[in-house]
Amino acid sequence: MLERFFFFLLALLAIATAVGVVANRNPVRSALLLVLNFISLAMLYFTLSAQFLGVLQVIVYAGAIMVLFLFVIMLLNLGSPEAVAQERELRRPLAWLIAVGLFALLVSQVFLIISPSTPMAEPEVGTARAIGLALFTQWAFPMLIVAVLLTVGVIGSILLARRRVA
Amino acid sequence: MESIPLNAYLTLSAFLFAMGAVGVALKRNPIVMFMCIELMLNAANLAFLAFARYQPTVQEQVAGHIFALFVLGVAAAEVAVGLGIITVIFRLRETIDVDEVNLLRE
Repeated sequence: MLERFFFFLLALLAIATAVGVVANRNPVRSALLLVLNFISLAMLYFTLSAQFLGVLQVIVYAGAIMVLFLFVIMLLNLGSPEAVAQERELRRPLAWLIAVGLFALLVSQVFLIISPSTPMAEPEVGTARAIGLALFTQWAFPMLIVAVLLTVGVIGSILLARRRVA
Repeated sequence: MESIPLNAYLTLSAFLFAMGAVGVALKRNPIVMFMCIELMLNAANLAFLAFARYQPTVQEQVAGHIFALFVLGVAAAEVAVGLGIITVIFRLRETIDVDEVNLLRE
C-alpha cells in the first residue's frame, strides 16, 4: 500500500514537471522544472531497486547536465521569454497529432505484449558493487567505447568553443 | 507484499517520451528542445530499469542497469557537443531560433 502511494506520488510529480517543461515559456523555469523531474525519476529508480543509477541520476543529470544548460541559457542571455519568438508555437496540430499517436502506440504495445508480473530483482542488484563488477568484466568493451565517445565529445566541444584565429 | 505492476512504469515512461516528443516538435528554442530530448532519454532509462527489475536472472537485471548507465554517458557527450554547437550558432548568427537557422536546409 505504501509502495503504491509513493509510486503514484512520484509519477504524478514526474508527469506534472514534464508538462511544465513543455508548457512553460521561460527557459530558466523549464530547466528548473526539469531538475525536479530528474529528481522524481531518481526516486522512482530507488523504488526499482536501482540505487546506484538513482544516485548517478541526481549527480550527473540534476547536478552536471542541468548546470550546463543553465550556464548556456545565462551565457546567451536567453532567460526572458521574448528572447526567442514563441507565439503560435502551442498551436501546431501536426505535432500534437504525432505525440498523441506515439503515446497511443506505445501504451497499446505495453498492454498488448507485456503481462503484469511480480518483481524478481533482489535489492543488491542495483548496488555500485554489482554494477561495477559487471561493468569491468562482462561489459568492459562497451564501457571502453563509451569512454572513447565521451573523450571525442570533450574534444569536439573544445574545438567548437575555440575562436578561429586564422 | 503488494507491488506495482510493470505496466504502470512503462505507461509513465511512454507518457514522458511522448511529452518530450511534443516539446521537440513544438518548441522553437533549441535549448528547450534539448531539454525535451533529455526527457525522452530519461523515459527510455526508466523503461530499461523497469524491465530490468522484472527479469528472472541476475545477469539480465544487471544488463538493464548497464544499458541505463550507457544512455547516461551518451546523453552527457551529446549535451556537451550540442550546447557547444548552439553557442557557436549564436556567436555567428546572433539568434538561435530554429525556424531562422536553416542554412543546411536550402
